[in-house]
Amino acid sequence: MKHDNIERNLGLLVVLSMLAMSAGGMVEIVPLFFIKETVEKVEGVRPYTPLEVRGRDIYIREGCYLCHSQMIRPFRDEALRYGHYSLAAESKYDHPFQWGSKRTGPDLARVGGKYSNDWQTQHLTAPRSLVPQSVMPNYPWLKATTLDYSDIQARMSALRKAGVPYSTSPAEFDSNIKEFGADVAKSLHIPDAEKNLIAQSQLGNYDTNPDKLSEMDALVAYLQMLGTLVDFKKYDDDNFVKYR
Amino acid sequence: MAVAHAGHGAQDTALEPQKYNYDIVRKFTVMCLIWGALGMFAGVYIASEMAYPFLNFDIPYITFGRLRPVHTGLVIFGFGGSALFATSYYVVQRTCQTRLFSDGLASFTFYGWQAVIVIMALGNILGYSQGREYAEMEWPGDLLMLVVWIAYATVFIGTLMNRKQPHIYVANWFYLAFILATAMLHLFNNLSIPVSLFGMKSYSLFAGVQDAMTQWWYGHNAVGFFLTAAFLGMMYYFVPKQANRPVYSYRLSIIHFWAIIFLYMWAGSHHLHWTAIPDWTSTLAATFSIMLLLPSWGGMINGIMTLSGAWDKLRTDPILRFLIVALSFYGMSTFEGPMMSLKEVNALSHYTDWTIGHVHSGALGWVAMITFGSLYHLIPRLWNTPMHSMKLIDLHFWLATIGVLLYITAMWISGIVAGLMWSAFDDYGNLRYAFVEAVQASHYPYIMRAMGGGLFLSGMVIMCYNVFKTVRKGSIILEGNERTDVPVGATFKELEAAAK
Repeated sequence: MKHDNIERNLGLLVVLSMLAMSAGGMVEIVPLFFIKETVEKVEGVRPYTPLEVRGRDIYIREGCYLCHSQMIRPFRDEALRYGHYSLAAESKYDHPFQWGSKRTGPDLARVGGKYSNDWQTQHLTAPRSLVPQSVMPNYPWLKATTLDYSDIQARMSALRKAGVPYSTSPAEFDSNIKEFGADVAKSLHIPDAEKNLIAQSQLGNYDTNPDKLSEMDALVAYLQMLGTLVDFKKYDDDNFVKYR
Repeated sequence: MAVAHAGHGAQDTALEPQKYNYDIVRKFTVMCLIWGALGMFAGVYIASEMAYPFLNFDIPYITFGRLRPVHTGLVIFGFGGSALFATSYYVVQRTCQTRLFSDGLASFTFYGWQAVIVIMALGNILGYSQGREYAEMEWPGDLLMLVVWIAYATVFIGTLMNRKQPHIYVANWFYLAFILATAMLHLFNNLSIPVSLFGMKSYSLFAGVQDAMTQWWYGHNAVGFFLTAAFLGMMYYFVPKQANRPVYSYRLSIIHFWAIIFLYMWAGSHHLHWTAIPDWTSTLAATFSIMLLLPSWGGMINGIMTLSGAWDKLRTDPILRFLIVALSFYGMSTFEGPMMSLKEVNALSHYTDWTIGHVHSGALGWVAMITFGSLYHLIPRLWNTPMHSMKLIDLHFWLATIGVLLYITAMWISGIVAGLMWSAFDDYGNLRYAFVEAVQASHYPYIMRAMGGGLFLSGMVIMCYNVFKTVRKGSIILEGNERTDVPVGATFKELEAAAK
């Protein structure tokens, strides 16, 4: 076929261009929704609790992902600095993913439990009071702002539509007990969202101020669970290699 | 009906109001400059925040995390997008020798697109974000953008259908591919579930690995089609026009068109090397990225060689210099890109400022420079009067060139130093540096980067001034029924007199 024919025929140009442009995505992305080995089976990974959901929302609102990655690569230096490399399963409930593309600050994939709530709250409020060379902005409004959780059920329902196994019915609740255990299943039940959110913030006292449920509570609750779900002592070093 | 003043640069495209819709091209041209200046200012500001964090001033709306998407949104969609609307509407009319398919729909794309940019920027400042790079705008804006885009495709394809020429000119292939690809990318990457019909917040439909792959398929091809293919379309019209030479090789343009639009779509996952995606996608992406070097350089060679036999013009014509230096930066960054897509190199470069430098050698060196050159060619023809000052164009050229060079050199230093420091061990096998030591090492490069950006921005401001003076002069001719009885080279006073 002469190229001349394509140049004279707009329909042909459109169709052939679309075919050429669709191929890459069809081969590289579409299969990932069907190949089971894409996401490993590991124990411990669970959806976020209501308070963590709100914390994650704030993380996205402030654009934290633009300076912090949440994806540890399988290198020796990263293992020493951050811990075990990140698994696909660890972000299987992340809508959207927050792997990031830039480390102006350190990776946060396993920051959970690394620092105290006190430290996190102080660092978020005034980073240079703890790390003088830091270039992170201060976030003083997080501790000062009361957390709005009025639409937490709507948020969880939206996530449920996207595929996160939050429960609304007793049957779903029971299946979550089988999948995640009773404690976790309770935190995934949408009708109890407000109750669970308040309880977790009071128990955790993340922003170090027990009298106020602030945005800082939610954000620190989220940061403190990052990367803590999988117990890597249970698995051989080579166990995850086959999935890559 | 046309003004004919032989020997003047603008006479080949003298005003033909009945035949072509230039009004829409003028509007987009003006907005391109305004969004460009604002977007670049936002860029210089956030660059300064990284050097001096007190500039965040504890104000939520201007912290780095919120202003960064404002910067990328304004420069990609505001500046780049408006440049593409303007030039594609101009080129498709000129090369098809027909008026736009629908003036009303074209006008809708103008106001619709400006609304999209405003929603995008305000939304990000207020903290509404989808949390995906270059697609931060929340779902109501995404829907409006989709509608505007469908209108744009209708106008463009409709105009192509009405063409008076049997052949579709090569520039239009690139514009067409860009319009189709952008529709596809935008649609799939923004699939999300809104929390409520009356709120801004939504959650991405996909999660984790699949979400990451979709996002970088989008992110990479936003660069590949929005910022490359479409600007190649610009190159294929404005370089031959300004050089007054035919395109170097017709055959090369065919080969590199098909190769580019096919290969680009495979390369996205090189942004995800060494992450939790399956290794085969990573390897495939690296392979296709290397292959991409060939059509990229094919395009560059085709553009630069169009000048063969007219190299002397580079000495005297700053507009042509913009176009050719743009192609040189295009060649350089399309060499750097495949190199960075090698897994071994990427292990060092990923997560560092090197990536930021690479993006800007493409965005400032290629996209912005080819836009400046094309607009300097276009504006005298749109307002039917020569540019206010060629000297200022020359000054703009040097400010822009030195600005880009400072910028990318700073980012090479900062990126490579950080990459090496992160992975350095001492004699006992411990990490040699704390993370924050690498942050500290970036301080001076960050200052240098802000200065480079500042130079580039000042060039942009000079362009705005130069165009403002030109437009004020030209507008007098255009007023009323787009009078054509005034000589093109008329002085400002003569124009004012004629306007009365």
